[in-house]
Amino acid sequence: MQKVDDAQAQIEFDRRVADEQKIEPTDWMPDDYRKNLIRQMSQHAHSEVIGMQPEGNWITRAPSLRRKAILLAKVQDEGGHGLYLYSATETLGITRSEMIEALQTRKAKYASIFNYPTLNWADIGAVGWLVDGAAIVNQIALQRTSYGPYSRAMIRICKEESFHQRQGYELIYAMAKGSPEQKEMAQDALNRFWWPSLMMFGPHDSDSAHSAKSMQWKIKRETNDVLRQRFIDQTVPQIEVLGLEMPDPEIKWNEEKGQYDSGEINWQEFYEVINGNGPCNHQRIKHHLKAHKDGEWVREAVRAYAEKQQAKKAANVA
Amino acid sequence: MNQEQVVNQEYLAVYEVFIRSARGLDHKHVGSLHAESPEHALMYARDCYLRRSEGVSVWVVKATDITASQESDLENFVDPMDDKDYRHATHYVLPDSVTNM
Repeated sequence: MQKVDDAQAQIEFDRRVADEQKIEPTDWMPDDYRKNLIRQMSQHAHSEVIGMQPEGNWITRAPSLRRKAILLAKVQDEGGHGLYLYSATETLGITRSEMIEALQTRKAKYASIFNYPTLNWADIGAVGWLVDGAAIVNQIALQRTSYGPYSRAMIRICKEESFHQRQGYELIYAMAKGSPEQKEMAQDALNRFWWPSLMMFGPHDSDSAHSAKSMQWKIKRETNDVLRQRFIDQTVPQIEVLGLEMPDPEIKWNEEKGQYDSGEINWQEFYEVINGNGPCNHQRIKHHLKAHKDGEWVREAVRAYAEKQQAKKAANVA
Repeated sequence: MNQEQVVNQEYLAVYEVFIRSARGLDHKHVGSLHAESPEHALMYARDCYLRRSEGVSVWVVKATDITASQESDLENFVDPMDDKDYRHATHYVLPDSVTNM
């Protein structure tokens, strides 16, 4: 709780943020800064974990042992990223079980993209290339976030993320250059994942509820629209290399601006999905609940073992 | 433990010292020392390891509270899976025209 004599601490906090210093867990911080971080970081952690579902969907059906091994390794990485982020969020004074509870009761959100299904094998390529690609653009910027543990988690994650996007592009490249049927699947995957990937950056800056404050506190370092444009500019040439049609007919190089123009996002769809009405929202949470429940015996065994060890120790001492 | 033993350094606990050299960086192990309590360990760490602006934050951890792997047993303990080169970005050969990835 904030007290009146926190005024001095507030000045110190503001000075640190202005000086590009990191805020560390034991530092005083404004309640809203803490709340905002918990919201964003836990949402990020949930995204890593829920994001394992659309890709995990294809592990048993990967077309070769190589592809299966790659997908397994990638999904495993995502689980680890979730752990880094949950741990970093815990430094703000919230527990893991509170965060899981918030996710399962739909109080906490996760990236809306994971509420779309992975319908064909090329989708796995599109997810690695576009979804991880968009995440990387976002996460590179977040390496400079003002909260120390978040920044360090981002640096660690970006290092491990490097193979995710490349395996996705390699996969979709193979299909785009394959049989006409394969090329069609690649095009279909691109068409379906393009818009949701752009939505990953969030609403326009002018409509973003948390953006202004987050930018001021340097939790976010670049705005949603700037990051989205960066992603479009780097991805359009990659679509050309694949020889696929642009998923948005309005994509056009703008010489004057030195960037690509593109069409408007269907924001109604974005809010529908964010608010729980996407194609897979229900399934994702249902599966998380089931996995959590199915894992209860493991947690129970851990507790029983710890108790047994403790009793053993006590008996030895006596 | 009697008074005589306390003054004998051999009976003092070993503390490992970790220093954060600047905000935003991880705490890094810098050395160890003997101390009679965590509070004293922190003061000794300040006196020994922070004499030339080496850092902005110190952690002291009782050495016996650290559970460590054995380097001699590393092969049995951890498998870096060097044979699985597909876990590295360099494994994927992309067309030269693809930049920025």
